[in-house]
Amino acid sequence: MENSNSLGVVERKYFAFAQDAPMRLDSGETLGPITLAYETYGRLNAERDNAILIVHALSGDAHAAGLTPDGKLGWWDDCIGPGKAFDTNKYFVICSNVIGGCQGSTGPGSINLQTGKPYALGFPVLTIADMVRAQRHLIDHLGVEKLLAVVGGSMGGMQVLQWTVSYPDRVLAALPLATTARHSPMLIAFSEVGRQAIYADPNWRNGDYYDNGARPNTGLALARMIGHITYLSEESMHQKFGRRLEAREHFGYDFSTDFAIEGYLHYKGNRFTERFDANSYLYITKSMDYFDLANGNGSLTKAFEKCAALMYLVVSFTSDWLYPTYHSKEMVSALTAIGADVTYCNLQSTWGHDAFLLEVETMTRLISDFLDRVVSHHGIQLP
Amino acid sequence: MITNNSIHLRADLLAIANLTKPGEKVLDLGCGDGTLLRYLIDARQIVGRGVELSEPDVLACVGKGLSVRQGNLDEGLRDYPDQSFDTVILSQTLPYLDNPSFIICEMLRVGRRALVSFANWGHWRCRLELLFTGRVPLAPGLPQAWHESPRARPLTVRDFADLCARERIKVAREIYLGESYRALRASGWANNLRATIAIFEVG
Repeated sequence: MENSNSLGVVERKYFAFAQDAPMRLDSGETLGPITLAYETYGRLNAERDNAILIVHALSGDAHAAGLTPDGKLGWWDDCIGPGKAFDTNKYFVICSNVIGGCQGSTGPGSINLQTGKPYALGFPVLTIADMVRAQRHLIDHLGVEKLLAVVGGSMGGMQVLQWTVSYPDRVLAALPLATTARHSPMLIAFSEVGRQAIYADPNWRNGDYYDNGARPNTGLALARMIGHITYLSEESMHQKFGRRLEAREHFGYDFSTDFAIEGYLHYKGNRFTERFDANSYLYITKSMDYFDLANGNGSLTKAFEKCAALMYLVVSFTSDWLYPTYHSKEMVSALTAIGADVTYCNLQSTWGHDAFLLEVETMTRLISDFLDRVVSHHGIQLP
Repeated sequence: MITNNSIHLRADLLAIANLTKPGEKVLDLGCGDGTLLRYLIDARQIVGRGVELSEPDVLACVGKGLSVRQGNLDEGLRDYPDQSFDTVILSQTLPYLDNPSFIICEMLRVGRRALVSFANWGHWRCRLELLFTGRVPLAPGLPQAWHESPRARPLTVRDFADLCARERIKVAREIYLGESYRALRASGWANNLRATIAIFEVG
């Protein structure tokens, strides 16, 4: 796996905060202490202005690039590393696991110090803004006053938009990819079906399963299978699987796995249960459902009011039916209206929502050209 | 090709560039691969934005370090606040618009003035071609025949002047280029016969 443009083995770090004063959440509740798992790649320059924050999607984690000690490749390794879109020879790249998550950061599976037991459903319900608030503490801790860019796709894109609205003075550029400024009723519907799949698993036990031997893996795998359907497109399913049969020549005339697409979904569902916590899935999807930048601000234009000095690169994909193009156009319209410097591309792709991770060549070109402009516009001295 | 500041810029683009003032805020509609905007930023220190429909052109613009929106011009213009630009440019795009008069009015809502360049089907060669061959002429510099895409609506210098009069749009300046992009001295009725490309400053 290792080659000249790989970061090699990377180290996961932890940052703990809110020990004395817990962090206030949008719900009115508080959370603390909080731990964030994070990784960094590249070097922070002397002026501390070459930092890029990568924010992950629903099922992502802090391991965005390079290899874990046991050889697992980061989820966006195609774009992060020496000479890649986020060139670690130039930029200091940070990625952290969201709060509410289950891969090192504080979430429903973490121990509640008050009870000595996992939070489970006692964990407070979060919003995207809460996740961003926690990330800001990490950025403070790393000594970065202004991020050169905040980047993410899907739920990561929501965090990107939230970052610019919550902390417009701490970000120079934002790259919201394949995302939305408002979770649509269709997205909420998919979230809810996923959650219902988890609730329906007898091993879920109202979220109180951590001390139990069995976990609600059937429900979580089903939720993930539904998710994976929405990340593809009809065309990409045709291309990838067609009507091919799974490890057989003829129909089984029974209810075992006949088709390759079924096998793929089973595999993805099962693999997911090895690394993901069902309660985290509930909390994170809920936070996405609550996401509506216009809400509470009057309108999207009003929400972006303080973002006029920022540079945006908004990217959507023609076959993404989960976050259709018009979602991106809405944010581009609002950003144009406030006079922000916004570049928008609706890229031709058959890969559906997953395209933001798969169209590596075009994304590399777009991202690196855009970042070059941000660097020269702000006169940033790269290492 | 005319060389200026070591950048090769087509003469009609250079004529537009010469009408812009240093430091202006410029919106280029149908900005293509961004050649003009890049030139304006480098040579005239303008603040530029582009709108372009084609993906390869949008990527080329981003590659040139430009701020560009992918979309059609209706979408591109609607979002801009009134009078948010000094100059709005429509270079060689006019015959391809679905609703030219609407776009021209929108350009003047968004910008203080508009610079519009277009190929002139009123050129004497076009007239003779229709008269003697009985076939719809190709506009100077526009290679597509009537059956090829994108669909173009032929127009002449006089047609555009009529539109401006009808919409009560003030024409501040007219520049005419003849064959091989040579600048022509404006000469009343003969402009429509001799010009291959016209550039109107309106608003």
